[in-house]
Amino acid sequence: MVSAVFHSPSDASDALRADKASAATPSQNPMTSSPSTALATPVAAKAATTPKRPTIDWGELALKVLSPVAGLALLVAIWGLLTMKSTTFPTPAATWDAAVILFSDPFYDNGPNDQGLGWNILFSLKRVAMGFGLAALVGIPLGFLIGRSKVIGSMLNPIISLLRPVSPLAWLPIGLLVFKSADPAAIWTIFICSIWPMIINTAVGVQRVPEDYLNVAKVLNLSEWKIVTKILLPSVLPYMLTGVRLSVGTAWLVIVAAEMLTGGVGIGFWVWDEWNNLNVQHIIIAIVVIGVVGLLLEQALVSIANRFSFE
Amino acid sequence: MSHFIDISQAEMVFNTKKGQFHALREINLCIEKGQFVALIGHSGCGKSTLLNLIAGLLLPTSGGLICDGREIAGPGPERAVVFQNHSLLPWLTCFQNVYLAVERVFGAKEGKAQLKKRTADALDLVGMSHATDKRPNEISGGMKQRVGIARALAMEPKVLLMDEPFGALDALTRAHLQDELLKIVARTQSTVVMVTHDVDEAVLLSDRIVMMTNGPAATIGEVLDVPLARPRNRVELAEDPAYIQCRKAVLDFLYTRHGVAHKQAA
Repeated sequence: MVSAVFHSPSDASDALRADKASAATPSQNPMTSSPSTALATPVAAKAATTPKRPTIDWGELALKVLSPVAGLALLVAIWGLLTMKSTTFPTPAATWDAAVILFSDPFYDNGPNDQGLGWNILFSLKRVAMGFGLAALVGIPLGFLIGRSKVIGSMLNPIISLLRPVSPLAWLPIGLLVFKSADPAAIWTIFICSIWPMIINTAVGVQRVPEDYLNVAKVLNLSEWKIVTKILLPSVLPYMLTGVRLSVGTAWLVIVAAEMLTGGVGIGFWVWDEWNNLNVQHIIIAIVVIGVVGLLLEQALVSIANRFSFE
Repeated sequence: MSHFIDISQAEMVFNTKKGQFHALREINLCIEKGQFVALIGHSGCGKSTLLNLIAGLLLPTSGGLICDGREIAGPGPERAVVFQNHSLLPWLTCFQNVYLAVERVFGAKEGKAQLKKRTADALDLVGMSHATDKRPNEISGGMKQRVGIARALAMEPKVLLMDEPFGALDALTRAHLQDELLKIVARTQSTVVMVTHDVDEAVLLSDRIVMMTNGPAATIGEVLDVPLARPRNRVELAEDPAYIQCRKAVLDFLYTRHGVAHKQAA
């Protein structure tokens, strides 16, 4: 009953309009060409009146812009206070000066052990992209299989449950042993840590395809190809993207640790190198940069996911 | 065996976690071509199960179902279903939703232009030509249900199966769509089986009303012929003695002889 009451205004207008449509012949009827505008009018009117009333909501603006800035300022102030008399831990000012020098030339290249911050970030991103890409290539089809077939699901679920809680770094020695080289081992570690969320989320997505849609497919007698492209893929996509988002987050967490162990060019190794040089300002800068890159990755994937949401 | 749909001694037993559930027993029903049949009963009496058996989405535990001389062994486009909650694919536009069905049924024989024309005609039939390029979440519940009906009709099915198609709509929209359905069925001469829990809807629309007893192990309690001439007009019918009599007969069956309220309240 509640839903009927809730829907009645739009439905009633729908019925009314259709009444008119059936009363007039279609060719003469202006409603057939413009019902979308008839439907849109109340919405447009609402939209036109709403932004007029609050020209600029200063309170809202202050809350959105000023309070995060104030939070950051407070953090820097506490940091400054605590490091005022310290000789080992850099002050905000010293860190800022170091950052200005660092960012003035992020892409210098003085041989394999001394490259700009930009290169280090790019090398790390490349490893994440490769490990993550491979994980997507394996994990998403595997998720589909597990979701579609009960036999494969019950075969693989115990293995996944067993391996998923293992820290990805525990896999690094295996990678080193098999690939005999640091770089593929780091990629292997990223692969392992990012494959689980994609398998699990894809499988859950496949299992939760609404029964109604599958019934439609059955009644229409759709081919397996049409079922996959028109029904399964679109309805699993949001779940898949959640898996991808979780995977990229984990991969970006793990790459720093993996690179600390494997060396080479990369943000993780850079942090470790700067620690060996006792360049603590640079470590703080790296922490901020890693955070910003992680945030951007997350935001990019959220916006992709929102584009594919149909509800 | 000249009936269009012939259901004989159909039984349906579900295996659930709590054990076996006997949903339907001894269902015997014949439906002629071009007939409009309503299945009515209290909720849980298995009327949707019976519809799903005709659709082929479920297979009977025992007994047989025949449609147009062939045993029903699975779902197929010649028995189109209009689902209760429209079941349009949200990532396709109204046109694409209908086209998916049209392409499946006529794609092998007809060209693209012909398929598109069929789709447009079906949307026109239900008065939805204006929403061709809209997605289901951009239109109202009544409109979605029309597109669902268009999708089913576009397949030119032998039987149109409707599972409480107007159950989720408000009273005004429901009445309007019922009138539309009457016109469409008069034009297309479709055979229709419709599940409903609305007595007025059943009497207004159908030639025969199949009344079901309460579950578990529900069966057909009584079949009522509705002797009202077509085309039917809901306003005039309201005072028609035959209409009132049919309505009374169904109400009498549902509430006097097979009332369910006191049983479920306990």
